[in-house]
Amino acid sequence: MSYIPHTPAETRTMLAEIGVRSIDELFEAAPQSHRFPALDLPPPMSEMEVAAEMLAISEANDHGQDFAIFRGAGAYHHFIPSVVNHILLRGEFYTAYTPYQPEISQGTLQATYEYQSMMCALTGMDAANASHYDGATSLAEAVTVALEASRHRRRKVILSHAIHPQYREVVRTYHQGRDIRIIGDRGRGEIVDLLEMLDDNTAMLALQYPNFFGQINDLATVAEAVHEAGALLVIVANPMALSLFKSPGELGADIVVGEAQPMGVPLGFGGPYLGYFAIRQKYVRRIAGRIIGETRDADGKRAFVMTLRPREQDIKRERATSNICTNQGLMALAASVYMALMGKNGLRQVGELNYHKAHYAAERINRLDGYSVDMSKPFFNEFVVACPRPVEEINQALLEEGIIGGYDLGPHYFHLQDHMLLCATETNGKDEIDRLVEVMGGLG
Amino acid sequence: MMDGQVPEQALQPLIYDISAPGRSGVNLPECDVPRAPLPADLIRDDLPLPEVGEVQVVRHFVKLSQLNYSIDQGLYPLGSCTMKYNPKLNEDAARLPGFAQLHPLTDEAGSQGALFLMHELQGWLGEISGFEAVSLTPAAGAQGEFAGILMIRQYHIDRGEGQRDIILVPNSAHGTNPATVTMAGMEVRELPADAQGNVDMRALHAACEGDLRDRIAGMMITVPSTLGLFESTILEVIETVHDAGGLMYMDGANMNALMGVVKPGELGFDVMHYNLHKTFSTPHGGGGPGSGAVGVNEKLKPYLPGPIVEIIDEGQATGPTLDMPVGATYQVAHERTDGSPQPKPGDGPEPPLYGFVMPEKSIGRMKAFHGNFGMHLRAYAYIRVYGDSGIRDVTRYAVLNANYLRARLMRSYRVPYPRYCGHEFVLEGHIEGVDEVHALDISKRLMDYGFHPPTNYFPLIVPEALLIEPTETEVKEDLDAFVEAMERIAQEARTEPETLLNAPHTAPVRRLDEVRAAKELVLCCAPALPSYS
Amino acid sequence: MGDWKTPANLKYSESDEWFALDGDIVTIGITDYAQDQLNDIVYVEFRDPGDSIDAGDSFGEVESVKAASELYSVVPGEIAEVNTALEDEPETVNADPFGAGWMVKIRAADLAGLDGLMDAAAYDAYCDSR
Repeated sequence: MSYIPHTPAETRTMLAEIGVRSIDELFEAAPQSHRFPALDLPPPMSEMEVAAEMLAISEANDHGQDFAIFRGAGAYHHFIPSVVNHILLRGEFYTAYTPYQPEISQGTLQATYEYQSMMCALTGMDAANASHYDGATSLAEAVTVALEASRHRRRKVILSHAIHPQYREVVRTYHQGRDIRIIGDRGRGEIVDLLEMLDDNTAMLALQYPNFFGQINDLATVAEAVHEAGALLVIVANPMALSLFKSPGELGADIVVGEAQPMGVPLGFGGPYLGYFAIRQKYVRRIAGRIIGETRDADGKRAFVMTLRPREQDIKRERATSNICTNQGLMALAASVYMALMGKNGLRQVGELNYHKAHYAAERINRLDGYSVDMSKPFFNEFVVACPRPVEEINQALLEEGIIGGYDLGPHYFHLQDHMLLCATETNGKDEIDRLVEVMGGLG
Repeated sequence: MMDGQVPEQALQPLIYDISAPGRSGVNLPECDVPRAPLPADLIRDDLPLPEVGEVQVVRHFVKLSQLNYSIDQGLYPLGSCTMKYNPKLNEDAARLPGFAQLHPLTDEAGSQGALFLMHELQGWLGEISGFEAVSLTPAAGAQGEFAGILMIRQYHIDRGEGQRDIILVPNSAHGTNPATVTMAGMEVRELPADAQGNVDMRALHAACEGDLRDRIAGMMITVPSTLGLFESTILEVIETVHDAGGLMYMDGANMNALMGVVKPGELGFDVMHYNLHKTFSTPHGGGGPGSGAVGVNEKLKPYLPGPIVEIIDEGQATGPTLDMPVGATYQVAHERTDGSPQPKPGDGPEPPLYGFVMPEKSIGRMKAFHGNFGMHLRAYAYIRVYGDSGIRDVTRYAVLNANYLRARLMRSYRVPYPRYCGHEFVLEGHIEGVDEVHALDISKRLMDYGFHPPTNYFPLIVPEALLIEPTETEVKEDLDAFVEAMERIAQEARTEPETLLNAPHTAPVRRLDEVRAAKELVLCCAPALPSYS
Repeated sequence: MGDWKTPANLKYSESDEWFALDGDIVTIGITDYAQDQLNDIVYVEFRDPGDSIDAGDSFGEVESVKAASELYSVVPGEIAEVNTALEDEPETVNADPFGAGWMVKIRAADLAGLDGLMDAAAYDAYCDSR
């Protein structure tokens, strides 16, 4: 019976204790007309067979061990030191749950507190929560915080079109029941155009940094304009890029959100990932989700505990601003271990490797006949390539050479037909990049 | 520590406290491409992360792990959370490179294995609960609830009944239910429970047949209820809400009591969410990740959050081909770099082509990409292990374990509802004649006996509630040891209440000053950065 | 009857606020019974001075470690003053709910809402019944 340990003798003893003859008698309250339906499922399998099947299924995918990956667009193939996985596999971490009982959960609590602290260090914010589901939902939650901060007097949300298209979709999903306007992302507006839209009905303006096209915009004057209008500046940032570039806090952001998958979480076909959420002290009580604070125990010993609990759904119920409960705790642990290992210098070094590899690839591709790369703005590890033929054709040719090529921007951006978004990280060796350039060149 | 001082008494120093300038925990390759100039005016001056060696990092986190209690160490009867054993096999499967190193935006042809797996899981979850279609995208139960209520909302709007904005919720509901309704821009009406722990039918009829009838959008209900009881009137509840024009949402948190017992879709529910991290054994991870797939009937199918997986091209094979030799179905359509042969036409049945589809009137995306795939594959492996003949046993033995504990604990504690329970039950954590001892004190004392406490103070409608859920993976000896501990605690409450009031005594820390935490709000120990002015 | 204080010169609402009238200024706080139920108060938040509110509107929120409560006014008007000292020392609400723990002063546009409030004896009976 797999993971059920009962012997027939034990089952009999237990039934006798309860005072019934069979287990099925315990279900008498379930409607008899519908009780015990047949289940059309495949037959059971042994552990050995399931393991073999999982391997077979997994090998029907084009994965990073067989292919060179040059695709990013919100999910990034980075090196993960072995230590990360070994710590995650400690049953004490992954088979525990939300630290409702702090006396026997100090491991999870302190690790999460350290995660919050390191996210503050990266983003330049004062506080971070214990996680949201992913970067997209974290942005959707930031919208709620901005609306709340204006006490729902402001009903306009400005999003840049250079925020990940799926993130913008998720914001619209989350807020479809609210009487608000989400504007700014239907056209090709530059940041100056978005600033024009600010008024006294605007709750927030959100930008991505680096933006979806990989570019780093100079945001030095943006915060001032946003704050002058009484709105909040929300920055969606790739934390890996923050190893090199100025922190959003330094640039005046009020809330910083994003996807921390690049830091210690594998590609995993899109999840589980790690939505991070960091905020200025002024707004800390509006943060949704779990947050860990320092305190003392009855003997004065330092310890950690979930705090600001009354904001949460289990206490505030219909007055809560979010229903989040289960989060991405284990992924926050992964990021915590990753950041601790990399540290100040290691993370900077990874950031630089990404930057140099991407620039090497971009410059070589830009020299190919028929291709051009937009180098007008600084970029981190992704860049947009205008291609001489449909992206699908180029990617098919690359695939045949063992390369997963760039992301086709055409379906999301009308003005970017035959444009691909390419990504290079520290995992891409020079030989891989040269091969990419060579295959692309052959299709010029 | 904001002031940089390590307190004299700390369990484990903070990662920042063991930092030393110049130390590093990684060994990275040299840059093998020419270096490009960095844009100096955009580069940050300082990155205040700690500097720690690899061995120190390992020891730091191993020591932290040892301060936790987990399922791998013992019984974790946290009611409503279904803390069952998390099979190790699933962890190995999740780490296979074909899953772990698969980019979410890989072309369909290159992700047929993952898509096949998701398609099978959608079908199995639908079969287990009697639903027409399933979307795996929600990241947790709360997100599944949100998806479900958004679907109900849109369904009414499309029928020209956008005025339906009230969702009925029993007062025993999880807090996520009312919070979800508010997030969707709708209104909550709470319903009381009757003496048996069922929904009060008079209150339900009054709500559905009174002035508000045309505003009833639906009802959210947990089955079995959060008290661990099957609503004996569930069919009447469903009919009453349907008659008023509302739809029925089932909170599937307690699905571990239903598998192979009843199918919610057959009872008449329109939509429900599953918690893969509860019922289907995916690990709780110290707070997450979860996975909150939603199942719907024909009415709501077009509204499912997307994308969902469908067969795009049938090929020559029909349907799932699990009885074929392992691996035969999963050949990809193009040549592989590892030299494995491309299947030639005529070599055997062509496998169907799976692809992502956005349902026709979808409420949209709940998150980027396609849900917590790592949880999908673990749930797949779990269902595969039990199969058709075993999955019902999960529920049968979960309910057996709960009723066994209930029967034994009734002798020393008050059990409010005199009925067999589902997979969990509520005790009153109050000892006759010892008013100073509360449920919380009993919980804290359980730690000294080596157990994780039950859920405290939920459901809200039972005073001093202790919600106990042992799950099917617990062996009788451990259940007996738990009963003995609970009996001794009841005894101690009478003879030496101080022992309970000061518990725990053996945990890494004693009770915490939560007021201090909330007032001082020390949330970050990183050195301060140059700030924006 | 429990051992909480209920000054005779004030009026009380079912949501546990007290109200004191002085000219057209209504001062509001929470009762001794309420602060005791909430336990250690760790945070208060009020609407801004100058904001106008309707009868039945929330003028702020009070939080303890385990609970959060909205605060309601029975009179409409403009918020004339809020007790900013509570932001740093919310525990004052526990220590002196009817004195230094006052919360807001409202310049009332209409006093009719006060008529529906309980007197001290009625409020004590109401708390006893809970």
